[in-house]
Amino acid sequence: MVRSRVRVRWRASLALTGLVLVALAVPLAFPAVVALYYGESLLPFGVAIGVTVALGGAMRRLADPSENLGPREAFLAVSLIWFLVAAVGAIPFLVAGAGTIGGPVTALFEAMSGLTTTGATAIRDFSAHSQSILMWRQVIQWLGGLGILILATAVLSSLNVAGAQLMETETQTRTVDKLTPRISETARLIWGLYVGLTLLAMGAYWALGLLGVAPNMDLYNAVAHGFTTVATAGFSPEPESMGAFAPAVQWIAIPFMVTASTSFVLLYFAIKVDPMRLLRNEEFHFYLGTITFFTAIVAGVLTLSANPAFDPEEILRHALFNVASIVTTTGYASTDFDVWGPAAKHMLFLCMFFGGMVGSTTCSIKSLRWLVAFKSLYRGLYTSIHPEAIRPVRVSGDPVDEETIRDIYAYLLLSLIIFFLLTVLVVVDAARAGADVSQFDAMGAAASTFLNIGPAFGEAGPYGTYNVFPTSTKVVMVILMWIGRIEIIPVLVLFTKSFWTS
Amino acid sequence: MRVVIIGAGEVGTSIAANLASEHDVVVIDIDERRAEQLKYDLDVLTLTGDGTSMETLETAEITSADMLIACTDDDRTNIVACATAKALSNPFTIVRTKNVEYLQTWERNNDAFGADFVVCSDLLTAQNIVRIVGLPAAIDVDPFVGGLVQMAEFEITESSPVTGQTVVEADRYESLTFAGLFRDDELLLPSGDTRIEPGDRAVVIGSPESVQLFANDIAPETTPDRADEIVIIGGSDIGYHTARLLEQRQFSPRLVEQDEQRARYLAEELPGTTVMQHDPTDTEFLQREHIDEAEILAVAHESDEKSLLISVLASRLGVDRVIAVVDTAEYVTIFEEIGIDVAINPRGATAEEITRFSFESVAENLAVLENDQAEVLELQLGKDSGLVRKPIRDLDQEIDGQFVIGAIARGQSLITPRGNTELRPGDHIVVFVETDAIAEITAMT
Repeated sequence: MVRSRVRVRWRASLALTGLVLVALAVPLAFPAVVALYYGESLLPFGVAIGVTVALGGAMRRLADPSENLGPREAFLAVSLIWFLVAAVGAIPFLVAGAGTIGGPVTALFEAMSGLTTTGATAIRDFSAHSQSILMWRQVIQWLGGLGILILATAVLSSLNVAGAQLMETETQTRTVDKLTPRISETARLIWGLYVGLTLLAMGAYWALGLLGVAPNMDLYNAVAHGFTTVATAGFSPEPESMGAFAPAVQWIAIPFMVTASTSFVLLYFAIKVDPMRLLRNEEFHFYLGTITFFTAIVAGVLTLSANPAFDPEEILRHALFNVASIVTTTGYASTDFDVWGPAAKHMLFLCMFFGGMVGSTTCSIKSLRWLVAFKSLYRGLYTSIHPEAIRPVRVSGDPVDEETIRDIYAYLLLSLIIFFLLTVLVVVDAARAGADVSQFDAMGAAASTFLNIGPAFGEAGPYGTYNVFPTSTKVVMVILMWIGRIEIIPVLVLFTKSFWTS
Repeated sequence: MRVVIIGAGEVGTSIAANLASEHDVVVIDIDERRAEQLKYDLDVLTLTGDGTSMETLETAEITSADMLIACTDDDRTNIVACATAKALSNPFTIVRTKNVEYLQTWERNNDAFGADFVVCSDLLTAQNIVRIVGLPAAIDVDPFVGGLVQMAEFEITESSPVTGQTVVEADRYESLTFAGLFRDDELLLPSGDTRIEPGDRAVVIGSPESVQLFANDIAPETTPDRADEIVIIGGSDIGYHTARLLEQRQFSPRLVEQDEQRARYLAEELPGTTVMQHDPTDTEFLQREHIDEAEILAVAHESDEKSLLISVLASRLGVDRVIAVVDTAEYVTIFEEIGIDVAINPRGATAEEITRFSFESVAENLAVLENDQAEVLELQLGKDSGLVRKPIRDLDQEIDGQFVIGAIARGQSLITPRGNTELRPGDHIVVFVETDAIAEITAMT
């Protein structure tokens, strides 16, 4: 029997992955500096840097300059990079060995939840961890925020041709809007915007701390929250998330979360060329509309319910903050919304499925897909009355081609199927392990991990931990966070036979 | 004047026929028989050859020609012929194109292709249709500056909203200027306090959209409003431009095109139009979609036979007005005889436009009004023009003759002239001039 030949130039993919792994040593040095400052152990980061350089270096040696990166190699590379960066990211937690994230699975869970900007934590006791380890959680989220491959393209000049391919694969959008003729230049502009926004958020937080409005917002916390606000990621070194800080901090966080989930390409145009282009964008309207709509409902529900008793400012702040946090897929909480009534909680659950705009730091299904799906459903109603009418679906006046619409339907269906399967698995696995997980809590946890939100309900609520789930469930969640973040397709194609052979 | 015409098809022949009586005309065609035939039909010199070749043009003595009209059925041949002629000599050149993009290129930069004037048949035809559709109440309508500006003359009725108002009061239409009033047989150039009386004929100049709005106000019964059903049959380029121009005038037409891909393309390009993909001769479909109740149906099908069938069908089903584009000139009368309201022949319209244009060389375009009492001219201002760099208010005192500047086109944007507007070199102005003052005005450009 002749073995079928492998048709993927996997060496090229591995070599590229190696390049990114070696470069990972640089961000790993940042928490090491924090460790030096606080006089904590450097070992966790030293080991991680050693492993990533050694592994990356070894993979680099597989490089064959004659092999270039096609669509298949891009799928493989993107999937591998996201997985291995998370794996290396777990090393500091594992070496530190403290608390609930000292085990291999929980460490990987924490790192994957970080890199994919999910923000679901397996930590039970925050005080068990050093400042530098907690800072590494924040840094890894910031790296994943806009997508590591956009970062890689911006920083690594050798990616100037393959970059567009990688960025398209990473975001699963049909085209990357090139702002400049060079893709690396475009990636740099977008990253510049991201860095600028991050520094602005850090500055704003720190200023509130210095002004005495939020005394516990010191430089450490300002940097830590700056990273995860703009990455719409949601980790916080505080067990009570943003609820640990003064209302002013929460108010300031809202515009940063909302901006970071706005298309960076449109933000760039808004700043440099014409703000109207953003303000006229239909996806932007839809995205802001989603936040406004759910905020109004949640605020209404909170007003009507006696428990918890909030004053009007608190109602508005908590409704807006938590809806914005979940729609943008950040996953911060301003209060423990798990104690809210079922009506408000179910609204927050619905919010998980929306997400911000395409081309931002957001995760989940994203506004553009829903907008196109709703418009094409409406179009279906129209054409059932006028069967001969040709009516392209338009977003901001531009027609969307039919193939894209089919892809979007397929994506929505796939997302919902995976969500249902994961829910069932969480319930069944919890029952097997004897853990107490209700139906709704299981749905919340499934949506929250797969769609990269962060907190869910019940034990896995905003002030809780995902450590309650059995190890087997956590393994599945790790995989689904990974798949969900790179928008399903790049990983799923790896499991088809034709990807490797034909 | 010596005129070289390239292309002896319908357009070329028709232009040659119009010019032959007063000018020396040379017609070049690549088809020997067609060239031969023309020699017997008209008093012109004919040559057989490729109009884009230097040799042919030299044989036609291009160096002594005052004007070259390139009007074959092929856009690129016309453009190359024109550029070649400019390379050899400096005649005034007129190019006929079908593709609107070439016209747009030329409008962006008037040096393009070596053309001094470009006529786009498809756009011209679409403009004609839209004019007939949109302004049935107008006594006279003419486009200027490639359709950017429109001049129209309307009769003011007793019930019109501007009746009894002064010009200042009536001047509430954005980018519309009251250029002149005819009362009985007398021409009035309106000053601000001239009162508009019933029975006056008002000449307005402005953007096509503003002229449309004005028409809606003063003749609401005859002018179609936005709710009126306008259906275009056939997604040819003429159909496409008709829909596009109607959209610009705030109408929401429906367009029927049989070809699936073309229909999809049109639907993408025309956001304000409902595109339907079906056989337009299917009566059941026409009735199901209530096309029989349409106020206006414009037929722009590629095939004249189909157009005829659809037009007859539509009239019989009860469409109020049917406008048909007829490709073959001889069929125009047949269409009109059997009761089609208007039949337009694109080649005829093109020939008419070119002929009209070639009669006048200083003014780029003109319209003669009310037995030659006044004319509307389109002029391009030169660097040393006496009209530039001072407020229009001052020009009135400087110049003895009576005139009103109706619109200014600067690049592709339209500027509404008011007392303190200053003209600049390069501007195209559309000016309403009393016949006696024409020489004075044209001398100042």
